[in-house]
Amino acid sequence: MIPAAFDYTKAASVEDAVTALAAAGDDGKVLAGGQSLLPMLRLRLAAPAMLVDLGGLAELRGVHDDGDALRIGAMTTHDEVMRDPLVHEHAPLIAQAAETVGDRQIRHLGTFGGSLAHADPAGDLPGVALALDAVMSVVGPSGVRDVPASDFFVDYFTTALGPGDVLVSVRVPKLTGWSTHYEKFHQLAQSWSVVGVAAAVRRSNGSIAEARVALTNMGVTPVRARGVEEALTGAPATADAVADAAARALEGASPLTDGTASAEYRTQLAPVLTRRAVMAAGGV
Amino acid sequence: MTVTEQRPSGEVGRDRRRKEDARLITGRTSWTDNLSLPGMLHLAILRSPMAHARITGIDVTAARGAPGVVDVFTGPDIADLQGAMPCIWPVTEDTVLPVYPPLALDEVRHAGEPVAVVAARDRASALDALELIEVGYEPLPVVLDMEAALADGAPLVHEAAGTNRCYTWILDSAQAGTGGDVARAEAEAEVVVRRRFIQQRLIPAFMEPRSTVVDPTGDQITMWSSTQVPHVLRILLSLGTGMPEHKIRVIAPDVGGGFGGKLEVTPEEFIAFAAARRLHKPVKFTESRSEAMLSAHHGRDQVQDITVTARRDGTVTGMSAKLLANMGGYLGIIAPGIPILGAFMYGGIYKFPAYRFECTGVFTTTTKTDAYRGAGRPEATFALERIMDELAAELDMDPLELRRRNWIDSSEFPFTTAAGLTYDSGDYAAATARATELFGYDALRQEQAARRASGDPVQLGIGVSTYTEMCGLAPSRVLGQLRYAAGGWESAAVRVLPTGKVEVVTGTSPHGQGHETAWSQIVADQLGVGFDDVEVLHGDTRTSHKGLDTYGSRSLAVGGIALVNACQRVVEKALPVAAHLLEADPADLEFAEGAFRVKGAPGAATKTMADCAFAVFQSHDLPDGVESTLDADATYDPENFSYPHGTHLCAVEVDTETGMVKVRSYVAVDDVGRVINPLIVEGQVHGGVAQGIAQALFEEARYDEDGNLTTGTFVEYTIPSSADLPDIVTDRTETPAPGHPLGAKGVGEAGTIASTPAVVNAVVDALRPMGVTDVRMPCTPERVWSTIVAARAAGGEGR
Ligand SMILES: Cc1cc2nc3c(=O)[nH]c(=O)nc-3n(C[C@H](O)[C@H](O)[C@H](O)COP(=O)(O)OP(=O)(O)OC[C@H]3O[C@@H](n4cnc5c(N)ncnc54)[C@H](O)[C@@H]3O)c2cc1C
Repeated sequence: MIPAAFDYTKAASVEDAVTALAAAGDDGKVLAGGQSLLPMLRLRLAAPAMLVDLGGLAELRGVHDDGDALRIGAMTTHDEVMRDPLVHEHAPLIAQAAETVGDRQIRHLGTFGGSLAHADPAGDLPGVALALDAVMSVVGPSGVRDVPASDFFVDYFTTALGPGDVLVSVRVPKLTGWSTHYEKFHQLAQSWSVVGVAAAVRRSNGSIAEARVALTNMGVTPVRARGVEEALTGAPATADAVADAAARALEGASPLTDGTASAEYRTQLAPVLTRRAVMAAGGV
Repeated sequence: MTVTEQRPSGEVGRDRRRKEDARLITGRTSWTDNLSLPGMLHLAILRSPMAHARITGIDVTAARGAPGVVDVFTGPDIADLQGAMPCIWPVTEDTVLPVYPPLALDEVRHAGEPVAVVAARDRASALDALELIEVGYEPLPVVLDMEAALADGAPLVHEAAGTNRCYTWILDSAQAGTGGDVARAEAEAEVVVRRRFIQQRLIPAFMEPRSTVVDPTGDQITMWSSTQVPHVLRILLSLGTGMPEHKIRVIAPDVGGGFGGKLEVTPEEFIAFAAARRLHKPVKFTESRSEAMLSAHHGRDQVQDITVTARRDGTVTGMSAKLLANMGGYLGIIAPGIPILGAFMYGGIYKFPAYRFECTGVFTTTTKTDAYRGAGRPEATFALERIMDELAAELDMDPLELRRRNWIDSSEFPFTTAAGLTYDSGDYAAATARATELFGYDALRQEQAARRASGDPVQLGIGVSTYTEMCGLAPSRVLGQLRYAAGGWESAAVRVLPTGKVEVVTGTSPHGQGHETAWSQIVADQLGVGFDDVEVLHGDTRTSHKGLDTYGSRSLAVGGIALVNACQRVVEKALPVAAHLLEADPADLEFAEGAFRVKGAPGAATKTMADCAFAVFQSHDLPDGVESTLDADATYDPENFSYPHGTHLCAVEVDTETGMVKVRSYVAVDDVGRVINPLIVEGQVHGGVAQGIAQALFEEARYDEDGNLTTGTFVEYTIPSSADLPDIVTDRTETPAPGHPLGAKGVGEAGTIASTPAVVNAVVDALRPMGVTDVRMPCTPERVWSTIVAARAAGGEGR
């Protein structure tokens, strides 16, 4: 369909965007790649009065080396992220997850920042950001602030971003000596995760020294599987030990029933996929 | 003179790239929505959000005043103009034919039913104004489940009908005298297997949403529409609205797919037709994808109770099928007949001595159903091939062995089945032998045994489908017996232009099949002209006034013969001209290798069709009685259906921890008779198999308990892309259709018909050791997993 009428402005700078958004208040929306927003407008499920397009802001695009972390511009597309050499070297988990997003056209338009700001429980990047302890850099009417991933995803499609806030970049600590895997479960190649598991594992001498695990679509926000991480820490890198640890994947999860799957089925999937993700990440 | 009945050496049988594709793929063509006429208004349709309700009032005042709006109207406003939607296939004398107004008058019977229309200067204004229309609805009870709809005291979809039963149609071989009595077969049977299969509702999901443009000029009116059936549409517009047929011109320009979904005459077309007449202006209506999902007709949606009886040695003795078929809230043009098209196919390739079929059509408060690729035959083939696997399991016999013991041998054709059809030809053993070889059947069975023994969490399943179908719709005589209102013939006209180029006018209406290419190949060989020298014209009732359009794998099987016959008439007309030019006696000439020459005189002078065409164009010195044209036309009405067949084999891996099914390999060996263009045939098989796999694994239209469609976008209605489908290994055997000058049988639906049971049989086969005996379609991961859980709970072996 055709969206309801709206006003549109193409921001010339981040400040410009913040000002335009602040003026529009609750009726304003940031337009990034449009891959989540436009379908909602076209189905007339959303009808913001003002769209502030970040598409012209080159400074929000690209991946930068910040020493012990990468800084990924919010407007960097999925396609750019998944091909970026710095991402491949220091945060391959992000590249792997970005590659599973939608199809080619969607990856060429959809953005890393847009995925995080949209906070779809079925989206693949929020869980990855959570597993990697990413920190969001936000510019709003009251200035610049940093929000860690653990505080950023607040509720169903809801983040710590307020009216007038723009997510400008994401700081991702480099993981050296870790190996990672994103296990996405979906029936069709171009669909969202029914459940997804982001895993990062650091091995030392046949055992697992440290692990980070986050689950996609096992609640209204991505869930950090602390129980699994705890069980893995110091555990032998064996299939049995990983399976035992993965059994704790449901701690802290509260999966929903929706049009794609029942909570019961998600409950079945999470430990299985966690086991597979950790085994793949840890080379077990 | 003799017209050589050769296997033409030239074009037929060649892999030709489709000549129509450049314009179709680039979109630089006459898709209906590309049309824009001066002064054209855009229509938007307000649709009911309720599945069943009485309309208590509609307030259009605000919408009328909205920017750009020219008119807003409701059903009562156009009651005398809009006519009524026709159903042309009442399958029984007492079939209930409810009144079906294009735009609702006082009651709505499915979510998405049109209730009001805005005409505006642009599409966006029309859509915006829809939001200003206020409709009062008094909810009525919904009826979604077919058995509930038939129960005493069920709320009625059509109060005036007094029942939700549309019809009950029965075919009993004992009564028809075509076979034995199934009750007796059951009483005497050593083995009886019963199953209930559910054919889930599907959405045809053609690529181009439906669109129509209507242009009233004087007392004439032209409708462009994205339809499969321009000829049928013209007649039904005339009969449905009272506008005389000769004042109506219908054009189906290039049409972006149909799959049966555009084998319909739609309320939207009738509404646009009425709007143009009301406003005296050209109007356009193009639906959104969401509207297409919600309101274009759906397919399948049957409950099938199947009983097969057999002896312990595997010989089948009887087949009985009892169906409920969901019609939806109203009848589509041929909806009651769709399950009946399957009624003759529940015996498939096997020698069932006794057969009974009963189908009850049921009204529910859902979108209407109608034709969808295969129309009745995929449902039949699914039920049959599924229950053959269940019988094989019951007898502890290899499913291929069970089929071998029961199929018709190639020496037994023509073979008359207990359903009363006479199969023309086939070689089931040859197709099966080729398929098992390509598939590596024995090696896969060994791998399956090994995985079962080791308790591998990923189990392997092998599915078999040895199908036949009836296509080439249809002998008009048979259609008459089945109470179908039209015939099944097809027409073709050939025009030879002065420069020797040829225009072909066909009554078929391609919407992606490649008729322009295949018809050109046929004509090239028949008339000895170049492939590129033929232009195929279709889909405009002014250039092609006779025809019955494209569906039911009929275009080549029926229209192809009309074309050959027309070509032969051209040759006959050219003969005296050529004789005159060669100064020979017509009786001494032959037409061979594309030219006329004196028989038995190789190397002698020849005259081509172009020579003859120019000679009649000049007409300076033609012999007496020779017409100044070579043009000819022909119609053809088939004596019988044609019966392609084949063997499809599928291997799936089922992850028993997640329920995920992966198709590992797929082999399709089809026998579609002689092939005009192998590349097109392969494309049809690929697309058909993809659609059949989609029914098996991915697609299902669902309603919530209030009758709202919950699969209204491609996020919920999950059609697979190529990334989700296996490599398909295709091959063919060729048993020519006897009596058909081209030997062709039809291939448009075969892949869809064959593949669904092959895939589901494979899924069930993988899980059978766990106690699973069926998995409902689509076999989504969650459904497979919960089936495993239920089987374990019921005490299957379990792993
Ligand atoms: C068919 C399809 C399949 C898809 N499959 C997947 C999938 O498998 N996995 C997956 O993870 N995603 C999937 N997506 C979604 C895709 O990842 C989108 O790119 C992403 O969700 C949104 O990014 P965007 O740049 O398009 O944002 P937009 O659609 O432009 O915006 C989305 C929301 O975020 C807000 N927003 C965007 N950027 C900012 C910012 N910098 N600051 C503040 N607010 C902002 C917008 O205001 C809006 O509310 C799919 C999308 C489609 C259409």
